[in-house]
Amino acid sequence: MNDLLLNLILTLDASFRVCTPLIFASMAGLFAERSGVVDIGLEGKLLMSAFIAASAASVFGSPWIGLLFAIFASCIFAMIHGLASITFKGNQIVSGVAINILASGLTMILTLAWFKSGGITPTLQGDERFLSITLPGVDIIDHIPILGVIYRELISGHNILVYLAFATVPLVWWVVYRTRFGLRLRAVGENPKAVDTAGLSVEGLRYKALLIGGILCGIGGAYIAIAHNAQFTKEMTAGQGFIALAALIFGKWHPYKVLAACFLFGFLDALAVRLQGVVLPVIGEIPVQLIEATPYILTVILLAGFIGKAIPPKASAQPYIKEL
Amino acid sequence: MDQSNIAIELTDVDKHFGAVHANDKVNLSVKTGTIHGIVGENGAGKSTLMSILYGFYQSDSGQIKVFNKKFRATSSRQSIEAGIGMVHQHFMLVDNFTVLENVILGSEGGALISESLDKARIELTRLAKEYGLEVELDVPVESLSVGMQQRVEILKGLYKGAKILILDEPTGVLTPQESDELFRIFEALKKQGVTIILITHKLREIMNITDYVSVMRAGKMVAHRQTSETNPEELAELMIGRKVLFNIKKSKAKSGKPLLIAKNLEIHNEQGMKRVSEVSFEARSGEILGIAGVTGNGQGTLLKALAGILPLSKGSIKILGETISPEITLNPAQLRNLGVAHVPEDRQKMGMIADFSASETALLGYHNDKEINQGIWLKRSSVKANCQSIMEAFDVRPTNPDLKSSSFSGGNQQKLILAREFERDPEVLIIGQPTRGVDIGAIEFIRKRIIEMRDAGKAIILISVELEEIMSLSDRIIVMCDGEITGTVDASDADEATLGMMMANALISQEKSNEAQL
Repeated sequence: MNDLLLNLILTLDASFRVCTPLIFASMAGLFAERSGVVDIGLEGKLLMSAFIAASAASVFGSPWIGLLFAIFASCIFAMIHGLASITFKGNQIVSGVAINILASGLTMILTLAWFKSGGITPTLQGDERFLSITLPGVDIIDHIPILGVIYRELISGHNILVYLAFATVPLVWWVVYRTRFGLRLRAVGENPKAVDTAGLSVEGLRYKALLIGGILCGIGGAYIAIAHNAQFTKEMTAGQGFIALAALIFGKWHPYKVLAACFLFGFLDALAVRLQGVVLPVIGEIPVQLIEATPYILTVILLAGFIGKAIPPKASAQPYIKEL
Repeated sequence: MDQSNIAIELTDVDKHFGAVHANDKVNLSVKTGTIHGIVGENGAGKSTLMSILYGFYQSDSGQIKVFNKKFRATSSRQSIEAGIGMVHQHFMLVDNFTVLENVILGSEGGALISESLDKARIELTRLAKEYGLEVELDVPVESLSVGMQQRVEILKGLYKGAKILILDEPTGVLTPQESDELFRIFEALKKQGVTIILITHKLREIMNITDYVSVMRAGKMVAHRQTSETNPEELAELMIGRKVLFNIKKSKAKSGKPLLIAKNLEIHNEQGMKRVSEVSFEARSGEILGIAGVTGNGQGTLLKALAGILPLSKGSIKILGETISPEITLNPAQLRNLGVAHVPEDRQKMGMIADFSASETALLGYHNDKEINQGIWLKRSSVKANCQSIMEAFDVRPTNPDLKSSSFSGGNQQKLILAREFERDPEVLIIGQPTRGVDIGAIEFIRKRIIEMRDAGKAIILISVELEEIMSLSDRIIVMCDGEITGTVDASDADEATLGMMMANALISQEKSNEAQL
């Protein structure tokens, strides 16, 4: 019994770590899509910032510098997306796909140019990366049964970016629903004409939203390379940007629901790892691939209208062209 | 005129959109605290002019003064600051926002919205009392009726400090009761010194509610009047304008049996608004039936219903042996197979696909014809040959079936569409605006072809905003106003004055008032 509990706690613990980049990326996507810009380039921004974070952390020997560079790189990519889809009113999906391809190609070329290796950066040692933090009071609470284990294994012992991810969500909620910027953001994604005729700049708001998304994606990418792992490896984001997008739809563009979706998807991923090779009676060996595919399957079912309705912001994916 | 009480003064305002001269040296002066109507047909340039005032577009040249200050807006913000509020034809509301949120958007005050909401609530309650503009503040606007949404738009303007309110076709989406309510609000606003500019093409509204009226036609401001010193007939004439009559030789019609009989039609448009009611008429073979009226009085909706695009709400249409009713509908393809051809009013939107080649546009609607199909494939050679032959028959230039539809001039596009419909030898032709935006040479050609079809014994229903076209082509004319038939005349007895009166519905209201006196 105790074994099962510990296993569950460890799986949940892993879920926290797995869902952290999903949270950053999906919150980035939330800002973009709430402003009316579809951001399919989350994956590319994660990948690029993961690479830049690992490179900078390795060169400068500090994860904080790595993080800063990662944010900067991700923001540049976000602005490229903005230029193509806001200023030049191009197709947002095409621009996003281009960003993904660009990131994939650039990371390969730059590892080759900078580190003479095809797709990997040097391994980070010790405090060149973000390390786990032991929260105060572990020793005291540890004596309490169950709660002690939960506190020690589940709550304590993550790196700073994990805590930051979970703190970001209420902050995003507050910005979106309680501030002037949030009101305008929601308006511009629903009816940009209303925003324009209210004397506000549609383009300005959308650029701001993408910039915030760039910052968040940068943190998410840095987490993958220099907190969760200790180096950049080829295509290491492995579709997490797309899972984040799925979580965004699954959570119906609402911060807390998106968080729940991220956690669910993270949990499924952690479960898949844990169940690798486990043989169950009747079923036999668990098809791990099926569990890994679950986020996508769930999203498709949701979009088909079986679990409630996912209504995106009305103006999303439409470039704003001023006309009557 | 006393300069101090002029709210808006436009001098020689000019605006081009590519080749289109939307506003041609427009002059206008609006007195403070009055209701000033601007009338004109669709496309006369009224909305463009107001969009310039609201900072949506910038004029190419000319001068604008608002409350005697020079004014040039590059964004709506400057217009709002100058005291101009605008209620657009299509509301600029965020559907899933509450009324309160919609009102404060853009003028929130602080960085947090809670304070702004509280402030707005107090102010809106005051405005609501003052002008009789009560609206529930905490419900999403999508749950409100259209009339209520319009109030939100007006409140938005007032909350932002508007001293001048521009309303673009405000009653187009309202029920008559809601319109009356709106006019009552106008009076209340006027009493408080608010200046109202009302853009419309409904003459009844102009006569009932405005103090002054300016008429626009084809981008030009053609007349300014004090409302009390003008009448609907004069305004209708000014809006439509007298045009040179083309001399078209036309023998007397040999009317045959009725091919289309419409009885008591009631039709709602795509937005669900009732646009046609109690309309009955017959179209006979060998005869052109013209339907006249100021744009937007239900003719377009009627045309769509006749072509099978909109369903009937009431009444019936007997057409070539079939009957259409609210229960039994025929889609456009079925009607086409029966022998009904439809030339839509808007050729760009409904008649063709701009990116298609001419030969593809020439088969739209007839893509299932046997001679161009072979199994699941289109016979490209037949498609091309067919297009080549109808292009030659209708003198479409350049005679090149591979050219993109959008590369042809307006006149040649129209000829291509007419050729497509005419060459299939239909029995009933429903033709909307056959010569809109078409050069003079093509106009003559098209009109001759229409008369040829008549002489071949077809029944033709012609809808046109060009009164002159209706008069020179039709054998019988019915006039529509506000969705109803306000007159039926033989073309030989028709003159512009009588038709103009019918278009403004002046005859009927005169009779009504006579009856009331008796």
